[in-house]
Amino acid sequence: MTAALEISGLSVLYGQAIEALDGVSITVPEGGFVALLGANGAGKSTTLKAISGLLRFENGRVARGTITYRGDDVAAMPSYQLARRGILHVREGRFVFPTMTVEENLEAALFARGSRGPALRRRDYDEVFHYFPALKARAKSQAGYLSGGEQQMLAIGRALFAQPELLMVDEASLGLAPKIAADIFSILHAINRDRRLSILVVEQNVTLALRHASHGYVLENGRVAADGPSQKLLDRDTLSRRYLGGGADVH
Amino acid sequence: MNLFLEFSLIGLASGGIYVLAALSFVIVYKATNIFNFATGEMMMFGTYFFYLFDTQLGFGWVAGLGMGLVSAALLALAIERTMLRPLLGRPHIVLVMVTFGVGSILRGFAGLFWGPNVRQLPEILPRKPIFLGDILVPGKLAWGFVTVGVIAGLFMLYYRYSRAGTAIRATSIDQVTAESLGINIRAVFLLAWALAGLLTAASGIITASVNGVTPQLGLVALNVLAVVMLAGMTSVGGVVIAGLFVGWMETIVGAYLGAAWQSFIPYLVVLVVMFVKPSGLFGEQRVERI
Repeated sequence: MTAALEISGLSVLYGQAIEALDGVSITVPEGGFVALLGANGAGKSTTLKAISGLLRFENGRVARGTITYRGDDVAAMPSYQLARRGILHVREGRFVFPTMTVEENLEAALFARGSRGPALRRRDYDEVFHYFPALKARAKSQAGYLSGGEQQMLAIGRALFAQPELLMVDEASLGLAPKIAADIFSILHAINRDRRLSILVVEQNVTLALRHASHGYVLENGRVAADGPSQKLLDRDTLSRRYLGGGADVH
Repeated sequence: MNLFLEFSLIGLASGGIYVLAALSFVIVYKATNIFNFATGEMMMFGTYFFYLFDTQLGFGWVAGLGMGLVSAALLALAIERTMLRPLLGRPHIVLVMVTFGVGSILRGFAGLFWGPNVRQLPEILPRKPIFLGDILVPGKLAWGFVTVGVIAGLFMLYYRYSRAGTAIRATSIDQVTAESLGINIRAVFLLAWALAGLLTAASGIITASVNGVTPQLGLVALNVLAVVMLAGMTSVGGVVIAGLFVGWMETIVGAYLGAAWQSFIPYLVVLVVMFVKPSGLFGEQRVERI
């Protein structure tokens, strides 16, 4: 399998001195589903922000290493251009536009389609509603009034509306009921399968993530501490104890 | 009663002048979070641009109007690009003070180039008074109001339904998310300033069509600030209503209580509103689930 995204030796600094990542290397194969795991502060979100360029909004920067997307070095590219090239980042905390309707939220993502998708078909919501039927009923509602689960669906659906080629989702299950979190992962899995869309998720819930992802990386203090096929990672019973705060989550 | 209606119509019509300048203020504030104290001076300078191309360079009013508006937009872009962009990320008060400075510079330049005397604009708007039944509204005021209505209407359609409008609204809510969705927020900043340039110039030209233009024309923007505060800073629709309301109240108070009252009563009302509802009458109350 060819790599959609290849990160090699990535180090990230916040401000002048705070090192958030130290030599991280990660590969997302074309059409693959990869999970980034690890404790709080391990550098998972920072990795996504480095890829999508949002690091700049937090006074962070790539100090060393390369980020290669489909053969091009994209480390210096502004976020909006990365989005237009098909790298869509669903941020932790969902960040829907609360005073805009569900439809308007989706349409805001049209800018990211660039020349990749049907450009001006504004009303072409069917694909999003196919995966997230709950959004269809709320299409004209202000996004701020949606439930947490619906907002998460909208945030992912909005990225999907942009016709992404690499979808990154940060903490999709955060603050959601387990059932809803499981649903969202099933939907991500379906999107990955149907569209051969490359997906990279950051997740605290290890079992949930590894049930759907085919490959996992465990970050610890800004380094990759372990990686491998999901099944292997799940089998290693040391994993939960060492990096993920006790075995509570595992089976 | 008829007299009251007449004053009311005149008041609403003069409130129209505030509407466009206030829209310009709101669009910049929403897109960039900058409180633009140069709004009044942009009005004044846009008006002089029109005067320059129409009267001084003799292009006639149609071409002069086009060139004047384009120049006003370019001036706004230049202000954003040279004065504010380099300071992006600095403390807010710095950016606000810069807009103050820009305002003073523009007033100074206008004084240098065109002097302190009143310059009369060409007669574009018909003078002939409009009769509504037996109520009389001065022609320029009425036609100025109609023009304001058309421009404000077009602007609101653009803001609400165009792709660029969606980008501005998304940026105003959350710049980082907007950028992550492919919206070039720097381009949005420029667009907002260009629109502000157009709106202020239009507002200045309509204002000056009655009494002519001087470098002090921009002082009316203080009233515009009151309008914007009353509306709640962020509401495009609210600004229209607030602008008309302040204009109406000024005229009514002036007519029945005299000019001395006119100069402060409307602002007293604004102040009271601010006490009761600090976010303004139409300020966006963000709905968010916790």
